[in-house]
This record gives sequence, structure tokens and C-alpha cells, in this order.
Amino acid sequence: MTLDLILFYVFSAVLVLAALGVISVKNSVHAALLLVLCFFTTSALWLLMQAEFLAIALVLVYVGAVMVLFLFVVMMLDIKVEPLREGFIRYLPVGVIVAVVMLVEMLALMGVRTMQIKPPVDPAGASNTAWLGKALFTNFLLPFEVAAVILTVAVVAAIMLTLRKREGTKYQNPSRQVAVQARDRVRIVKMPSATAASTKEATP
Amino acid sequence: MISLAHFLVLGTVLFCISVAGIFINRKNIITLLMAIELMLLSVNMNFVAFSRYLGDAAGQVFVFFILTVAAAESAIGLAILVVLFRNRATINVGEIDELKG
Repeated sequence: MTLDLILFYVFSAVLVLAALGVISVKNSVHAALLLVLCFFTTSALWLLMQAEFLAIALVLVYVGAVMVLFLFVVMMLDIKVEPLREGFIRYLPVGVIVAVVMLVEMLALMGVRTMQIKPPVDPAGASNTAWLGKALFTNFLLPFEVAAVILTVAVVAAIMLTLRKREGTKYQNPSRQVAVQARDRVRIVKMPSATAASTKEATP
Repeated sequence: MISLAHFLVLGTVLFCISVAGIFINRKNIITLLMAIELMLLSVNMNFVAFSRYLGDAAGQVFVFFILTVAAAESAIGLAILVVLFRNRATINVGEIDELKG
């Protein structure tokens, strides 16, 4: 048994246990933290497959952004756990049966033949990031731009959904700010200019 | 040496765990969203494994896009959840029946 196989089994065991924890613990904060453990372990497994860029991206995007968002929301909402847990025992048998049947079917489809497939020499060569970047910016340029648009739309939608107007809040009106003219702000007052005599009087 | 089957079996096990999670946590939206994230993770695992073992970059590029869309999905999902909680003061799926579906 080589070292990478041992590492694979260790990481898979941690991953499966953490995933079982995510779906079964009572406290949502614990579930979110176990999901973070899942993402870290998956990232390690992807490093074993020499997919370095995606491993780092998974940690940055999921652990750094998505799970922090999850934790914020879970801690912000005041949730009573008991009514959410009802039916846990009732649906446990059917859930387990469906999952096991699905697992057996999928494994049967996979068959023994995939056991023999060994990894080829890494097509990426030295740098997985450069390999991925070349594909991303040549063949997949349009989907890449569309992904950027999707992210922008998601940001705008998320902000607009949670935005609310409170009574008595001061805020700026951009259209009025843009439409303002110089004469609305500055008043020119005509005054007689000061003569030499009046200046001498004023200063003793 | 790790073969392709190792990663495929791991992805399958993860997928089935998350399906079971959706079944047994059907009252709690937050856990449902987490199970969906877990499901996407298992699919990504398959994509990366096939990309590595077939020597094709398209699989890993697709994982990149799945990460993007999943991030957008969870941002909007959690925003909807916050608005829902603000209006109804519950996230119990059993009590959310305004549409009478």
C-alpha cells in the first residue's frame, strides 16, 4: 500500500464521517462547521489528484465565503430546533433505504472495470493552473464571461432581496443630486463696492 | 496507486449521504441547503476525477463554473431565507404553505 493510497483512505474516512455528521447533528452551527471540514478534506483529495487550482479555489470560495455566509445566517436567525427535528426518526428508514438502493445501483453501473484504470501522466505538466487557464481563456471564454454576469446578478439580487427601508433613515437621492443646478446652491448678491474713504474709517 | 474507481465510489457515497440528508431533514431549510452543497461537492469530485484520468481540461473548467453557480445559488438562497424569516419568523418547511401547493 503506497502512501498516496493510505492518504486517500484517511481523507475519505474523514470526509464520509463529516458528511454523515452534517446531515444528522441537531445544532445547525455544528452542521455548518462539519461542512467546512468536508470542504477541507475534499480539497486535500483534489490535491492528491493534482488539481491544485481547484483545491485552493474550493477552500477560498467555499470555506472563505459561502460557509461564512451560512454561519452568519445560522447565527442571525433565532431558530427553535425542536419543531424542525420532528419526523427525523419517522423519515430515517425511508431515507436510508433510498440512499442504500441508490448506492448499490450506482456501484453496479460503475462495475469492476474502472478499478483497473490507472492515472495517466499528468497532462497539465508542471502547472495545473496554467493548463486550466489556457483552456479557460481560449475554448471557454464565453462561458467565463457569462459566469461573471451570473455572479453580478446574484450580488444585486441578494442585496435587493434583503434591503429594507426603515422609517426615519436619512439617505441620499441620486437623481436629485445629479439634477441640481448651480443657481440652486449659490445665490449672487449685488452689493455696492467699498470706497477708499469708508475703508480708512473702518481701520483706525 | 489510486484508481479512478476510488474517486467515483467516494463521490457516489457522498451523493447518497446527501440524498438521505434531504429525506430525513425535510423540515429544516438550512440543513437542506447544506445537503445540496454536499451533493454539488460529490458531483465536482466526479468531474475532477474524470478530468484527471482522461487528461481533459474541460472537466476541471466545468467544476470552476459549478463553483461559481453554487456560490450564486447559496447567496440568493440565504437571502430568500432571511427575508422569509423576517416575514414569517419561522424556517419550518411544514409551516410555509402560503401558496397552497
